[in-house]
Amino acid sequence: MNAPTAADHTALVPGAPILDGRVDARAAWSAVVAAGDVLTIVDLAGNQAVDCLLYSAADTGVRYSASETVARQGGIVLTTGSVLRADTGLALMTVVGDEVGVHDTLGGACSKESNTLRYGQHTRAQHGCMENFLLEGARHGLGAKDLASNINWFMNVPVDPDGALGIVDGLSAPGKRVALRAEVDVLVLVSNCPQVNNPCNAFDPTPVRMIVTRPGQAA
Amino acid sequence: MTSDVRDSPPADHPDTATTAGAKAHARAQHGRTADAMRHVPASSSPTPPDGVPASSLTWSETVAPGGYTTAVLARGTRVRLTDVAGEACAHVLIHRADGPHERLNVADTVKVPWQAYVGTGHPLLSGYGRVLATVVADTSGRHDALAGTTTRHGNDERYGAGAPESASPAGRELLLLAALKNGLGPRDVVPSVSFFKGVRVDADGAFDWQGSAGPGTHVELLLHVDAIVSVANTAHPLDPRPAFTCSALRMHAWPAVDDLDRLLAGDLVGPLRPEHRQAAANTDADLLARGVL
Repeated sequence: MNAPTAADHTALVPGAPILDGRVDARAAWSAVVAAGDVLTIVDLAGNQAVDCLLYSAADTGVRYSASETVARQGGIVLTTGSVLRADTGLALMTVVGDEVGVHDTLGGACSKESNTLRYGQHTRAQHGCMENFLLEGARHGLGAKDLASNINWFMNVPVDPDGALGIVDGLSAPGKRVALRAEVDVLVLVSNCPQVNNPCNAFDPTPVRMIVTRPGQAA
Repeated sequence: MTSDVRDSPPADHPDTATTAGAKAHARAQHGRTADAMRHVPASSSPTPPDGVPASSLTWSETVAPGGYTTAVLARGTRVRLTDVAGEACAHVLIHRADGPHERLNVADTVKVPWQAYVGTGHPLLSGYGRVLATVVADTSGRHDALAGTTTRHGNDERYGAGAPESASPAGRELLLLAALKNGLGPRDVVPSVSFFKGVRVDADGAFDWQGSAGPGTHVELLLHVDAIVSVANTAHPLDPRPAFTCSALRMHAWPAVDDLDRLLAGDLVGPLRPEHRQAAANTDADLLARGVL
């Protein structure tokens, strides 16, 4: 583990600290990030997939859409400058800092059920991101219908020329960060991915740190 | 010059001043045909697919460019989508009829089979480890499961209009209407898969537009569950042409429940990959437990 540091020093975008949280390995997390505030996600131990859903806090029927996001930017890779859009086209957040360069838009969330397809029926008992999303979402009045496409921060999913795609070894490293500026008030739902059957977490789920700062205000 | 205010019917207008006249006028329209229409009963289809007796059809419809359709279809139904003139783009959503919170999940649809490009033999998966439909025929090869459909705001900006009643309707508006017709709502409209307009991903992750394979191609889906099938026929979000471009889409469906056994036996599209086999097994186990099988 990294030694604790002041949030305003660790955040990718300086500003007054609003929130500084730690998400345990395999656990869920959520917060409303106010318009203009910046969420920095710190991959404390390296190569930890952080599954992420976004909703307009004013109307959770307006939610992150992977397809709208990738169609509008003309490609599948999220990095600095990427605008994370809702299915209506609304800009929810913008990636304003990125120390990795590649984050996934295609791979979706793991689940007990999809584990059975990919790895066998014996994996059904394992914890999955859908479990985290359902429970954490329920705290905000969300349910199964509200779980649509998600982002996977720090996850690497290349597409080969023949269309073959897969979750491969990550490009992140201990302490690497990505920063997201809220364009409207955004409900952020995170599952710190518990998957142990593929390299998305380097086969060893680890904690991540979530820091919200308010740029333009003194730390 | 037209006016919004009408004092009296135009001179060539039939007599609709009375209920009897209005009724006669309405009834005189029955039996007419249009380029885009649903044929009811489906056996009256003017264009049954080769080898499919018209009498066996359960759905026959031509969807206008910019139109949508939706139907609830039984497990074992084979659905053929035909791009008649080469500019159709079928944005498809599938919800399970007996529990519509289970629906197409494009992430699992590309991740689980380890394949981003949809073609013959590709399973269309839900987020519950089950298969809703399998692509069992494809003469186009130009499809897309990544870029989704168009939005009202996007088409407003792009073409000057995106409302469903406009000449360039957004796919999301049309799929929302299809969802609403089935008692569903905006939260049920998830990223869709589109047929007849190809998109590829280059080495840097950027999209390459392939466009259409030309007129006369078709795709067939075999349903593994009773399903709400919703289809919007409208331009693809990555279509680079400045003018809204879309042509008619033809839909047919017929019962082919024996094809499910042939599919699992490897006799329909060749041997199934292990993930697909497992998805079909999970689906059949669920239906068995419900007493459906």
